[in-house]
Amino acid sequence: MSQQLSINGVTHTVDVDEDTPLLWVLRDVVGLTGTKFGCGIALCGACTVHIDGVPRRACITSVKSLGNASIRTIEALETTPVGRSLQKAWLDLEVVQCGYCQSGQLMSAAALLAGNAAPSDADIDTVMSGNVCRCGTYGRIRAAIKQAANEIQHTTPEGAQ
Amino acid sequence: MNRAHALALLCIVFASMSLADAPLEPLRAPQAFDSIRNRAARSNAYFTEAAKVLQHPRCLNCHPATRTPTQGDDLHPHMPLVQAGPENRGTKELPCSSCHGPENAPTLGGRVKSVPGNEHWSLAPASMAWQGLTTAQICEQIKDPKRNGNRTLAQIEKHLAEDHLVGWAWHPGEGRAPAPGTQEVFGQLIAAWVKTGAHCQQASL
Repeated sequence: MSQQLSINGVTHTVDVDEDTPLLWVLRDVVGLTGTKFGCGIALCGACTVHIDGVPRRACITSVKSLGNASIRTIEALETTPVGRSLQKAWLDLEVVQCGYCQSGQLMSAAALLAGNAAPSDADIDTVMSGNVCRCGTYGRIRAAIKQAANEIQHTTPEGAQ
Repeated sequence: MNRAHALALLCIVFASMSLADAPLEPLRAPQAFDSIRNRAARSNAYFTEAAKVLQHPRCLNCHPATRTPTQGDDLHPHMPLVQAGPENRGTKELPCSSCHGPENAPTLGGRVKSVPGNEHWSLAPASMAWQGLTTAQICEQIKDPKRNGNRTLAQIEKHLAEDHLVGWAWHPGEGRAPAPGTQEVFGQLIAAWVKTGAHCQQASL
């Protein structure tokens, strides 16, 4: 089945079975390997992407369910003020240990800050509970999200967009 | 084929049966209660039978006592820990739809065979919590417009008999046991219950 997908603002024509998970299309067909395979059952969050702005687990999202949706992956994170602030905070605080889960962590964090410009610890814990980190970097992730939120509020007049 | 081979083949056949292939738990149709002469008792009997569905894990998991759903036949806490949010569809930043799509989705491996889904996937409102309640308490709750979404009994009957998300309980995806019987028989029981006065067992009984 040939289908057009809008990924990071670029239209890609892919020829895959309609039940193919988006994760395989991103990684194996389009070549965007930043989105990771973790558990394969939507539990760990490593494969998180944004579909029309909503965080979604790519491992259990079939291409037939996407229609004309706008898909954004970790490769496009730096195109928004939120994404850039998160990247900077991640580097400043050296959040990453092994790094495998971090693209999913960042995509969930970006969705969080897009909807909540000043999240509390509880807000962060609630949203980020969907992303597992076996290195246990949760404390640094939380601190980095707060730093990014603070930076966005002080440097970006339009806020977290 | 010798006896050992036949036994091995049988084991393979049974082992390969998914939960969805397992015989459905029976749900008796309203006619099964025709012999109950007392109208109120018969009405209550209809609801008690229908409650086999209402009290089934496929229903209880999203009618939790708290604002977080549960999972599995043992009603264990939902992994990951999620919140109902203001509209019972998760929080804006971690909505139910992050994982639960418009239909059941096969997984890429592991012991979870599928992730459940439905167009209207959501948690029941707090007023419709069922976990921890008796059948009699659920019966009273379902009749109470203040707790049932301001529905009339006719609307309750239609909702339970026809709603697509309710119907998911009988089509829960690979690896999950369906609710007893069928939505059709369940609807017939609720209709019979309403027609006979929607009686509930006294909570003290």
